[in-house]
Amino acid sequence: MEAMEKEQEYIITVFSENKVGLLNQITTVFTCRNVNIESLTTSESAVLGIHKFTIVVRTTASKVERLARQIEKKIDVLKAFVFRPEEVVQQEIALYKVTRSHNVELLVRRYNVRVLEIDDDYIVLEKTGDKSETGELFDLLRPYGVQQFVRSGTVAIIKSRRELLNEYLRERERLEELEKREQTI
Amino acid sequence: MSGDGRLLTGSQALIESFLQEGVDTIFGYPGGAIIPVYDALYDYRDRLRHILVRHEQGAVHAAQGYARVSGRVGVCLVTSGPGATNTVTGLADALMDSTPLVLVTGQVGSALLGTDAFQETDFVGITQAVTKWNCQVKSAADIPAAIAKAFYVARSGRPGPVVVDITKDAQCAVAPFHYERITSIRSYVPSCAPDPQQIADAAALIDAAQRPMALVGQGVMLGNAEQELVAFLEKSGMPAASTLLGLSVLPSDWPHYVGMLGMHGNYAPNIKNQECDLLVAIGMRFDDRVTGDPAAFGCNAKIIHLEIDPAEVDKIVHADVAVMGDVKRTLPLLAERIRQRDHKAWIDELLACNRIEFDAVIRKSLHPVGGRIRMGEAVDTVARAYDRDAVLVTDVGQQQMFAARYFGFRRTRSIVTSGGLGTMGFGLPASIGAKLGAPDRDVCLFVGDGGLQMTIQELATISQSDVDVKIILLNNSYLGMVRQWQELFYDRRYSFTEMANPDFGLIARGNGIAYGCVERREELAGAVAEMKAHRGAYLLEVRVEREENVFPMVPAGAPVSAIRFE
Ligand SMILES: Cc1ncc(C[n+]2csc(CCOP(=O)(O)OP(=O)(O)O)c2C)c(N)n1
Ligand SMILES: [Mg+2]
Repeated sequence: MEAMEKEQEYIITVFSENKVGLLNQITTVFTCRNVNIESLTTSESAVLGIHKFTIVVRTTASKVERLARQIEKKIDVLKAFVFRPEEVVQQEIALYKVTRSHNVELLVRRYNVRVLEIDDDYIVLEKTGDKSETGELFDLLRPYGVQQFVRSGTVAIIKSRRELLNEYLRERERLEELEKREQTI
Repeated sequence: MSGDGRLLTGSQALIESFLQEGVDTIFGYPGGAIIPVYDALYDYRDRLRHILVRHEQGAVHAAQGYARVSGRVGVCLVTSGPGATNTVTGLADALMDSTPLVLVTGQVGSALLGTDAFQETDFVGITQAVTKWNCQVKSAADIPAAIAKAFYVARSGRPGPVVVDITKDAQCAVAPFHYERITSIRSYVPSCAPDPQQIADAAALIDAAQRPMALVGQGVMLGNAEQELVAFLEKSGMPAASTLLGLSVLPSDWPHYVGMLGMHGNYAPNIKNQECDLLVAIGMRFDDRVTGDPAAFGCNAKIIHLEIDPAEVDKIVHADVAVMGDVKRTLPLLAERIRQRDHKAWIDELLACNRIEFDAVIRKSLHPVGGRIRMGEAVDTVARAYDRDAVLVTDVGQQQMFAARYFGFRRTRSIVTSGGLGTMGFGLPASIGAKLGAPDRDVCLFVGDGGLQMTIQELATISQSDVDVKIILLNNSYLGMVRQWQELFYDRRYSFTEMANPDFGLIARGNGIAYGCVERREELAGAVAEMKAHRGAYLLEVRVEREENVFPMVPAGAPVSAIRFE
């Protein structure tokens, strides 16, 4: 059954306490199951004190669910959610250091690229978009000499009207209240 | 909150925290980075028993034995560097077998962290993969909260080992002591509340089943849900089989108990696996030693999985209905919802299979004619001498499987064995912990000549701490289980499995432990009686048939219905 399942791109967002070493704990969930991480970013979340990891992987539907459960098993992880690309708004940012030339400047204008720095010899460009967009610009610039290229990991915002993390936190608070009341009774 | 804020050193705070958690026994070994704690411990000798092991691996296995029989958290204390790394095998074993442990390790002073200081290792890094949770503490004030969290995590939900690594300066600094037991952590849900829909769906499947079977795992024991299990089984009328770690949850002579699952389990639950139309897995995790080929396992059955750990559901075998939560709570809800049933014909069919097994394998094993003593008859003789009511501790190998098959149990928490990791050397130290954790019970260890030599230094611990364990060494002068595979699957090429063994009598006596040896069948019962009558530890060496094989056997990776008798 699983052999027939096809690999797709998934975005896993993980919310955790801000604890040293947790990044390593999360990445080993993937490495020990031989799943390649396509991109990974970490940052604060909208909730004070809670950290957010955005992880992009290519794998099958059943495997990705199991990965999420294994990540959630880490004591300091609050929640791991799995999304398909269409369920999120995602962006990456790419920077390019390119030799200056007339053609490059034409491209800059045509592709609405931000210029971050201009020197006599080179120009530093910034493009935000998904991987195919930033990759396309790289291919166009390549003939004119790209000296450096760097692309960030994916950051993603979930489209859903529900705020899953907040729901989880409220549910936890409710249960804790219940437990405390049970104990005092 | 208690502790009234008096000023204590980190070391004293650690020990006071242990007392707050009800700890009475610590297994440990001192060294430079933990000396301050040992110094503080000196003042608590009247309240805390410390067992000085002979190797830190032994400390962890002993704590495992203690935890498994008592249901309490096992506690270990060791130094940094080599002391800490020596515990890794035990932690891995405890994680696999869901055993609640708290291991406190000393660490170099916080100013030296990351400098390759003497006896520094990154122990939090090293143990990430073999602990349920770990942390490092660098200030005395943080010790009580770290210990409270450690105990809570270790014992709640699916239990497991926890490491708290404490720097030496934190052990020495002074801070006001407050202790607050933890009852919840925001990021951790030990077990979820039962879901009525899951219960209803499971009940519907159970009511519809004609050939159901319950697969009972250690989760029932860990949840203290033995009575709830029996009530559920009695109402549903379904037969039950047990995993290796689930043994003793049901008495071996329970009328609807149809035997042990797995590679060397009983015939009925394996051969009939594909005839079941419903498997109700209760606190078990479909280890590959249980399922054989997982694609074939229960392939004609619906599967209900009662499980506390969400990561286990659908991991190996797809569950048609997952009933999440603690079985202590879900089993009664399920029992309430199902019809009273009687599966007598089906159970008779299963029991008939076990009679086939008796004729093909068990009779020969327990009542052999001629030849040397067999492992099965040795196990049976010991078990009968103790009226099948002793705690069984085993090492790993053929002797483990024979003991699991033939010992027999009357009450729960009567087996301590290394299941998931299969750690040779587990048995001897685990038996120490088992005896200290269940002082009113007889503890019988079955160990092979190979496994005994992996942790044989713990004989001195037994002697020094005067632990009354009966050690039955089933000596075949082989790494028997590996030799069996070589015989069956590698053309009898016995590559490095023959053992030229030391004189175990000299070793036992050298450690001040009474010793007996038996080679002839006629003398077996007498030798066992002598061991039983002896007060204190005893090593009984039974020189057994050298090339005996454990059967039945499911060849690795084959469907369990491919179980064979020879
Ligand atoms: C630490 C460790 N090393 C190796 C093994 C592989 N192994 C499994 S059973 C076994 C043989 C055990 O021999 P012995 O202790 O004499 O027991 P017997 O099988 O003869 O009863 C070996 C080597 C293991 N399980 N654990
Ligand atoms: Mg042997």
